[in-house]
Amino acid sequence: MKPTIDIGTPAEPGPPKEGRQERAAPSMKSPRAIARQRRKDSARRLWAQYRRSKMGMTGLAIMVFFVLIAIFAPLLASRCDLSAICHPESPAIAPPSAKYWFGTDIQGRSVLSLTIWGSRISLIVGLSATLITVVIGAAIGLVAGYYGGWRETTLMRLTDWFLVIPFLPLAIVLSVILKPSLYTVIFVIGITSWPSTARVIRAQVLSVKTRTYVERARALGASDWHLVTRHILPNVGPLIFANTILIVAIAILTETTLSFLGLGPDPTLNISWGTILEQAFGQGAAFSGFWWWIVPPGVAIVLLVLAFTMIGYALDDILNPKLRAR
Amino acid sequence: MSLLSVRGLHVTYTTQAGAVPAVRGIDIELDRGQVLGLAGESGCGKSTIAGAILRLLPAGTQVSGEVMLEGDDVLGMRARRLRAIRWTEASIVFQGAMHALNPVQRIGEQIAEPIILHGQAGEREAVVRAGALLEQVGLPPRRLKDYPHELSGGQRQRAMIAMALACNPSLIIADEPTTALDVMVQAQVLRLLKELQRDLGLAMIFITHDLSVLVETCDRLAIMYAGRIIEEGPAEVVFHQPAHPYTRALAAAFPEIGDQRFRRNPSGLPGDPPYPADLPSGCTFHPRCPDVFGPCPDVDPRLYDVSPGRRAACLLVEGALAAAGVTAAAPETARSDATAEEEA
Amino acid sequence: METEPATRESAEGARPILEVRDIHVSFAGRLGLGAGLIGRKASLARAVDGVSLELQKGEILALAGESGCGKTTTARAVMGLERPQRGEILYEGEPIWKRLRAYRRKVQMVFQDPTGALNPRQTIYESVAEGLRIHRVHGDERAQVAKALASAGMRPPERFFLNYPHELSGGQRQRVVIAGALVLEPHMIVADEPVSNLDASVRGEILALLMELRQRLGLTILVVTHDLGLAWTIADRVAVMYLGRIVEIGPADEVLQRPKHPYTRALLDVVPEVGGLERPILQGEPPDPTKIPLGCRFHPRCPVVASGRAAELGIETKCRGEDLNLVEDKPGHFAACHLTPIGEQP
Repeated sequence: MKPTIDIGTPAEPGPPKEGRQERAAPSMKSPRAIARQRRKDSARRLWAQYRRSKMGMTGLAIMVFFVLIAIFAPLLASRCDLSAICHPESPAIAPPSAKYWFGTDIQGRSVLSLTIWGSRISLIVGLSATLITVVIGAAIGLVAGYYGGWRETTLMRLTDWFLVIPFLPLAIVLSVILKPSLYTVIFVIGITSWPSTARVIRAQVLSVKTRTYVERARALGASDWHLVTRHILPNVGPLIFANTILIVAIAILTETTLSFLGLGPDPTLNISWGTILEQAFGQGAAFSGFWWWIVPPGVAIVLLVLAFTMIGYALDDILNPKLRAR
Repeated sequence: MSLLSVRGLHVTYTTQAGAVPAVRGIDIELDRGQVLGLAGESGCGKSTIAGAILRLLPAGTQVSGEVMLEGDDVLGMRARRLRAIRWTEASIVFQGAMHALNPVQRIGEQIAEPIILHGQAGEREAVVRAGALLEQVGLPPRRLKDYPHELSGGQRQRAMIAMALACNPSLIIADEPTTALDVMVQAQVLRLLKELQRDLGLAMIFITHDLSVLVETCDRLAIMYAGRIIEEGPAEVVFHQPAHPYTRALAAAFPEIGDQRFRRNPSGLPGDPPYPADLPSGCTFHPRCPDVFGPCPDVDPRLYDVSPGRRAACLLVEGALAAAGVTAAAPETARSDATAEEEA
Repeated sequence: METEPATRESAEGARPILEVRDIHVSFAGRLGLGAGLIGRKASLARAVDGVSLELQKGEILALAGESGCGKTTTARAVMGLERPQRGEILYEGEPIWKRLRAYRRKVQMVFQDPTGALNPRQTIYESVAEGLRIHRVHGDERAQVAKALASAGMRPPERFFLNYPHELSGGQRQRVVIAGALVLEPHMIVADEPVSNLDASVRGEILALLMELRQRLGLTILVVTHDLGLAWTIADRVAVMYLGRIVEIGPADEVLQRPKHPYTRALLDVVPEVGGLERPILQGEPPDPTKIPLGCRFHPRCPVVASGRAAELGIETKCRGEDLNLVEDKPGHFAACHLTPIGEQP
């Protein structure tokens, strides 16, 4: 028997589209507690939605797997496995066996160890390059979208300019000018990837800027800073986040490409999946049938990039209001 | 035989949150040339009916009941026959023409499309017919070449009407055709619809939340609430002497300028139209009803006769309590005065 | 039924709380780089083209008209959200642009779309408290928020603190927006189509709330609406706008029952009523603010000109050639029409 409602007062909140959530009257909660509660609720809801996405959970599992491998690399494979001198007795280019699960490369190094250690570079480069990309891209996108006018025009023309520069020639030129190193790779990826982020964020800022609640805040007397931090960023943030994850995937792939072409860090100092492949191809592994040298790092790249892509899409599905089926 | 006969129509949407009953038992009888107004607010199910009649609802929606159009059973039809009757026997004028029109196709092509699809004419002749249709709705034929964004709101709505007439249907379902338009343009479009209806002998179902518009254009009115028709009858009578408290409240939201009863006297209902998935018990209107009394939360009233041709789903209608088998006395409200007035 | 507020009578000689003096707001169209270089000028939309009005304390004025007439732009200018290119706006005698932030505490806005007006990521509490935080108002924030929500009819207020906008109905959201306006204890509220996005049966409650707030708190309210029925329900005075100008202004009872401008007359004629489709309906669409006609801006659509009556009365040349602003017909009732000086009705 549903409770009847007293006619005199406005009715109870009707069941919301996303499930009724009756909140207990907070008797002593302060505004700060209320804000904390809101953040906790948001996070909980996001996680609950994310868990329902099979794609998202698979991607997350794979990513966590690789992150753990990268973190625990020293425990899983001794560092000295990376140098040829360590195990002088190990056979060169040996196919997979009980001792060497993924076989060995031309220097007698265990491909398994190489692959495990290679995850570190790939992840580090991927994440730091993404950081640069997102910071630059978000800043430019925000300023251009929020202020408009000459600022927007200038910044967007700059963005277009960077967007049309072909990536590979630029990467080659930069790698020649600057010494090939880890930092160079991160730098190159960073400055070539930010334009697309800037565009996405600017578009989102433009869309949020015209929403009525932003105008309402302005009518209440809010300053630019208040508007950007309280209204624009929180509504643009989730999309930035989803976009960032996808950028990581691209960054990892890019690092692999650069390393593969020999533009990456010095392989004697830093092993990455790209450098493994570079060496393998350099030794003609593909033609000679040394598949165990190529497949593990190749599959690892594919899986990691796939993982980030899946996470990014799952997040985009949840956070992008246009994609959500209303 | 009536043109359209709907009996016991039930439509339930399947959503993530479960089954949502949008329409819970509707009966409609429409003869040729008659205009029926279907009024109600958000969530009452009126737009669902438009889709149900031509089976245009999303896949997975449960539809039961009977829909007879020109003697054919629409719900039981095979797909090919259904496609054949769509637009040729009944067509729809949609709300929000900007989104119902293809923005990258010229108006002429869009109007000609159904003519060609139904094999009623070849391409060239179809375009000629489209031009004639445009003239009929008050637009010059040269606008055939325009894209939707080159037309104003009112002109787009006229183009939509022309499209609806393309295959000479006997029934037009107009779903909120004037809602987003300015009052002046709305009046123009309404006048156009009325003229076309008269000249072509069309039957029309006019769906909107704007009760005042319906009173102007319709012969009969049906008021919907929570998926059911809760009052129906001749348009003028229903609007000016409503038998159901909800109709009364809805009519009060469209005040007559010059009527001192409305001056500085806003009246509305508390609460909000109910959410279809969570309906109140008994009479679904009882939580908001100003005339609620004893049996209302327990008894779900059906449509009772108020007078010949008029029905209302309210226990306060004379004879309703007896028909519902309730042994309670109706309170002495203004209700009995109103009913007495009508019969006088 | 509410009686006319006493403040109206005592307003004789009292200074109006808000004075809008001949404001002009124009929007330039965008021009591509190339077109700009070869000297093309962007089309100028004169959204507000010389609007003056006064609001007395405690009155409800309805600013009515079709879309594109400039009523929303006027309201936004009053709110300080648009800066007029010409003219001034005085609040209690002082230009609002001098101390805008302080002004914003005294004048608040209620928006047309209650769903869009609330940040979907903020709780109801935070949405209402925002004004207090922006202006760094001291005191018990919680109590102030609760009081504002209760004033807006959301009782008990605490129950709604942690709700999100999507969990409330349309009417409740609008009440929250109103609460957000009330929390700063303003003197004036500008309401832009406050009920047009709400279900019809819910509108009355919100309108009743606005009237109650005027009665209880002495608020002055400027309501922007396209619905003359709404003006009839709650307004003391009505100002009708067309193409950026006020074409008629006066007491609601007068303007809505005995209009002096042909456009007002036309608008009233098309308010749907029983069996009225034979009445005159203006042709065409609301016109383009970039192409304002010469002479009286309404003359191309004016039924008085079209029927020849203007020629008969000898004013047709004036209608076509002479632009005019408001002319007083009776005390307090003005119309911008050439019929008025010669004492004729539209």
